Amino acid sequence: MSGIVAATVAAPSALAGGANVIAVGVLLAEFGMFRQALLRDQVRLYAAQSALISVLAVVVAATRHLPDLYALAALSFGLKTVIVPIVLRRMLRGIGAIGGDPRWNDIAGSHALSVASAVLIAIAVAAFGFFTVAALGLRSPVLPATALSISVAVVLVAFVLMIVRRDVISQAIGFLSLENGVSLTALVVAAGLPLILEIAFLFDLLVAVVVFGLLIRVHHGRAESMSTAELTSLQG
Amino acid sequence: MLLLLTLPLAAALICVTAPLAVAPVVTALSGAASFAFVLVLVPAAAGGDIDYLRILRVDALSVVFMLATGFLYAAVAVYSIGYLSAEGASASSAGRTRRLWAGLNLFAWAMLAAPMMSNLALLWVAIEVTTVISALLVAIENTDGAAEAAWKYVVLASAGLGLALLATIFAYYAGAHVLGQSYDLGFTQLLAVAGRLPRAAVHLMFVLAVLGFGTKMGLVPVHTWLPDAHSEAPTPVSALLSGSLLAVSFYAILRFYQVAEAALGPAFPRNVLLVFGVASLLLSMLYLFGQRDVKRLLAYSSVEHMGILAIGVSFGAPAALAGVLLHVLAHAAAKGNAFMGAGVLVRKLGTKQIPAIRGGLDLLPWSGPLFLLAIFALGAMPPFGLFRSEFEIVAGGLHSGSYAAAAILIIAVTTAFFGLAASVTRMMMLPLPRPRTSVPERVPATAGAPAEGPGGPEPATGTVTSTAAPALTRGEPSAWMVVPVAAGALALLWLGLHPPPVLDELFAHAVALFGHGAS
Repeated sequence: MSGIVAATVAAPSALAGGANVIAVGVLLAEFGMFRQALLRDQVRLYAAQSALISVLAVVVAATRHLPDLYALAALSFGLKTVIVPIVLRRMLRGIGAIGGDPRWNDIAGSHALSVASAVLIAIAVAAFGFFTVAALGLRSPVLPATALSISVAVVLVAFVLMIVRRDVISQAIGFLSLENGVSLTALVVAAGLPLILEIAFLFDLLVAVVVFGLLIRVHHGRAESMSTAELTSLQG
Repeated sequence: MLLLLTLPLAAALICVTAPLAVAPVVTALSGAASFAFVLVLVPAAAGGDIDYLRILRVDALSVVFMLATGFLYAAVAVYSIGYLSAEGASASSAGRTRRLWAGLNLFAWAMLAAPMMSNLALLWVAIEVTTVISALLVAIENTDGAAEAAWKYVVLASAGLGLALLATIFAYYAGAHVLGQSYDLGFTQLLAVAGRLPRAAVHLMFVLAVLGFGTKMGLVPVHTWLPDAHSEAPTPVSALLSGSLLAVSFYAILRFYQVAEAALGPAFPRNVLLVFGVASLLLSMLYLFGQRDVKRLLAYSSVEHMGILAIGVSFGAPAALAGVLLHVLAHAAAKGNAFMGAGVLVRKLGTKQIPAIRGGLDLLPWSGPLFLLAIFALGAMPPFGLFRSEFEIVAGGLHSGSYAAAAILIIAVTTAFFGLAASVTRMMMLPLPRPRTSVPERVPATAGAPAEGPGGPEPATGTVTSTAAPALTRGEPSAWMVVPVAAGALALLWLGLHPPPVLDELFAHAVALFGHGAS
């Protein structure tokens, strides 16, 4: 704990402050996903979260003179903020889940717990991740360690999201935002990761999104709903 | 090597574009050729590492896993000819059959590619590709059960791989401390400087990697997708999933283990693997008793064997490690055989429910005994490869002083064998009740099981009914479904009685990759 206190005593630089604000924004977007009631908004929130991460990549690129990161920021913006949401939305519209039957637009009832309890659990989990990682004493050459702790908190909250929301979209978005959390971690501790590998990761993500979309369609075709609550027949 | 990377891909393309009749031929040829290429690689890799283009790298360890995949790819390709032709070629199923052929090739391609990657990041990418392809293959039957299994699989495996990606990032972070910002996560580089890596980051990396890739490998707290996916997928896919996909994930864990062992010393990574391994072994052992679905039975047996692999590595002795590698090969052959044999039974009787499957030995003159042999092999009966490998693992465990773990291993393996053998001998030996022969696929009442559940009859019920009802006389559904199983049984015998010397050499080289630089 003393390490954390010491870190906050010294006034953070403008860069560190900005980076932390963006990281907190990512975490807040993650919390927002707990209470979104409409499929469309859930996808939008994901796009906004991805955009924040791209902004952070640009900030790091500008201040730390890592030109690769500009390309990465552009790519990740194009893919995660534009293409992935478009793909998801098109697939959802294809099965009438957006703009069609209002029953399928609405995922407000998909909570296993009440929203308040879910958020409380998420806060506890996020705090656990935040302080645990801070205690490990990992230092980053480009960004403040606080951002690392926040990114791990994002990953953990994404897990909680996938657990407590019982609809296929929130679970898919949960996975995608989990990946956003990992991207944030990568920005903090692995900013120099070769561009070619980052591109491979992003391409992989795109393939995963298409597969998620196909399976959502299959699920919708079989179950006539977006809920995963009935997926209980395989046991033992 | 390059051929190995391109061939299955080309085969997949052909399956999509060419007429459907070509697909089986192309797939079988591609499978056989891939296996042949891997065999060619064996002596070369036993001699030393092969680097290619900086991103490809094959050493003794990767060849072991490629052998397992190559063999199963070839076997499954041949098996699928029989499996799919029996389904009939109606217009609606033609597209699905085509997708299944293409998917099989792509799946095998990704699994062959994964062990060839020279760095941790590309390894992760390859394994994620195997996940998405196999998720589609699981869903391909388009039943309620398949949709449910595929969704659980893709969500759980992707979340697990998210953790594995985090592990990869931390591996980069650890490496960047020593090697500077611009290195590309190659494991030879990482291993060379392992002694100087920051310890906290390596601890975090290893645990995340075991948890993440362990999800795909089916280690116990995170195995829950596995029985669903294995039981709902088409049989050829189940065989590949179990024999080869789990092994490839294990390969990824081994790579992280190498780094962690070199950086932290052996105690910590071994204890982590021991805990996961023992948990997998004990839990799956219990699930083997009273299991009602034959494919779920085999799936839990996979969890058990993955547990054995993890325990074997945790022993750390060279004999145990060599045993682990042999176990990977033998398990691929045996589990592939068992799934393929079970597939024939299911096809013949039109149900997956164990209480409803009777008289296997009477009905299937070849597949019946072969299936029984595969089960005995899985239970590590003496003449087969798994006996030799488990013997080596236990001997290695005793040698390194892990008496308690070795004892647990022996007891659990024996118990699991009884669980497996009890169900299977009942399926094979007990005579088929007479009155039911006319309507074989309606046996739910006595079973008391959720036989009407969506997990019900395996592929295309319609065709099964039409072929099974008159065919309940003695006879095989298709010779194509016997040949690969027989080949697998021969391979098992060969591995058990007298493994070829080049394999010993290969294992020796692979084992030498571990355990150095324990600081």
